[in-house]
Amino acid sequence: MSASDSRRTIRVDALARVEGEGALLVRLRDGRVTDVQLRIYEPPRFFEALLRGRLYSEAPDITARICGICPVAYQMSAVHALEAALGVVVDAPTRALRRLLYCGEWIESHVLHVAMLHAPDFLGYESALHMVPEHRDLVELALAMKKTGNDLVALVGGREIHPINVRVGGFYKVPEKRALRALVERLERAREGARRLVALVGGFSFPEFEADYEFVALRHPDEYPMNQGRLTSSRGLDAAVSDYEEHFVEEHAPHSNALQSILRRRGAYHVGPLARYSLNFDRLSEGARDAARSAGLGPVCRNPFRSIVVRSVETLFAIEEALRLIGEYEPPDHPQARVEVHAGTGHGCTEAPRGLLYHRYQLDANGLILAAKIVPPTAQNQRSIEDDLRQLVPQSLDLPDDKLQWRCEQAIRNYDPCISCATHFLKLTLERT
Amino acid sequence: MSLLVIGVGNRDRGDDGAGREVARRLREQGVVGARVTECRGDAAELLEALSGADRVIVVDAALSGAHPGTVLRIEAHQEPLPQALRSASSHGWGVAEAVELARALGRLPQSVVVYAIEGPCFHPGPDLSPAVRQAVERVTRRVRQEIERTPGPRRAGADVA
Repeated sequence: MSASDSRRTIRVDALARVEGEGALLVRLRDGRVTDVQLRIYEPPRFFEALLRGRLYSEAPDITARICGICPVAYQMSAVHALEAALGVVVDAPTRALRRLLYCGEWIESHVLHVAMLHAPDFLGYESALHMVPEHRDLVELALAMKKTGNDLVALVGGREIHPINVRVGGFYKVPEKRALRALVERLERAREGARRLVALVGGFSFPEFEADYEFVALRHPDEYPMNQGRLTSSRGLDAAVSDYEEHFVEEHAPHSNALQSILRRRGAYHVGPLARYSLNFDRLSEGARDAARSAGLGPVCRNPFRSIVVRSVETLFAIEEALRLIGEYEPPDHPQARVEVHAGTGHGCTEAPRGLLYHRYQLDANGLILAAKIVPPTAQNQRSIEDDLRQLVPQSLDLPDDKLQWRCEQAIRNYDPCISCATHFLKLTLERT
Repeated sequence: MSLLVIGVGNRDRGDDGAGREVARRLREQGVVGARVTECRGDAAELLEALSGADRVIVVDAALSGAHPGTVLRIEAHQEPLPQALRSASSHGWGVAEAVELARALGRLPQSVVVYAIEGPCFHPGPDLSPAVRQAVERVTRRVRQEIERTPGPRRAGADVA
């Protein structure tokens, strides 16, 4: 079917290079988009139900299994929520160590997406494997950087995948100064690598596209947000994490297994690197800001295709931050704060690589979980992804079907969607009638 | 000569956990002369693991339409992995991609043997199908025989990664 026909149908049965499984349907009539549905068909995760009746201390390890790419994020949101429920406050060295662990996860997750999953879209390859003959340097660079992130997670978290060292109140065991110092040289090399990565992806060509998102991210008085901060948005939201559910609600879309999050009375919103960056540019390190400017980014970025550049800038930031934290590291006097069990409810929000991750737990007097709620970033971005496609497809109708399909897939990958976390994804169907 | 056995899969997705179960049994029984490790199936992680030994045995689940419990043994250092094995990972980036990427980058170990266990059910939950449980038993035995046949220094006790 050609682009000039009034009816067009494009079908993709499995969208590659996203984490999980799902489908997309786009219907067009006379050049107008009549329907966009992100369909999520992986069976829903039953983690919220699974957590009921379990002891509070099990939640960080159980929820870490929701995702193999960002287990630290699940552990971090879980411990913050549970500590809020139990009135536990961790000391400054423990807090710093958590941030260091999170840096490791940002590095490995971002580098994987930027170089191995998203870059092929911009360079015109089917996959990273096909990039090797002409872009071997990029692939090797990414693998080395990712390994450094993995090793940081393994050192602080106990192992690479599904770290086991995180607990409510702190850590089971804290690393020795010497062990962390041993990573410095490799992190310095990774920092050089990240600068190259920012420059390289900054040179890609990007579709002319901007969206009027309501960005939502944490904002902290003096840090680029990871573990703590207030819920803020580009349209004036400024709320405590404990008020999350007053502002955000989940709706069931009939075409999807995943619940879709919306901002009450306003609708779709956007979480993730673009939102974090645009709301917190002033909190980035000077090195990261300079790299961003050199790569052509302003302090706010509304072109989702440029998220690949923002992710690279955040990678550079995470490496610089890890170096700073290691330089200042003093092992905590006590690996874990004292935890006294009582009934209560607590909320936690942290910045997963893909965006805001919310947890809520209600505990009984013995510390058993009565109710749990988990809202992953991809569930929050689902509406935003659909809106992007609604805006993008009419602008791209002159493209032949295969190119239009490619563009749609690329637009979805802008979000680095973790569909296994959100429950779920991708097939792509484009119908033109 | 170092030998590494990697069990790949997700224990929370039914038969996808077959490779992990083989690794678990090998460790439980004790292995001499090989390291045994488990991995969820992330290609970058696997690629790293592949670089860590001279000879590697990978055990993974497959969804190719074959009879449940069917076991394929592929010498991946000699031939590309069949297309059918590329869809078993829900992450779209699994064992086949890692092996091919290692080949393209010239990082393939001297020997890579892949055991693929056909599983009919990848739904959430820890249970293996009966046919897959039997296949796991067979593959555990065969991998043990391969370890015993592999030349190289024998270390005492299991080297558990």
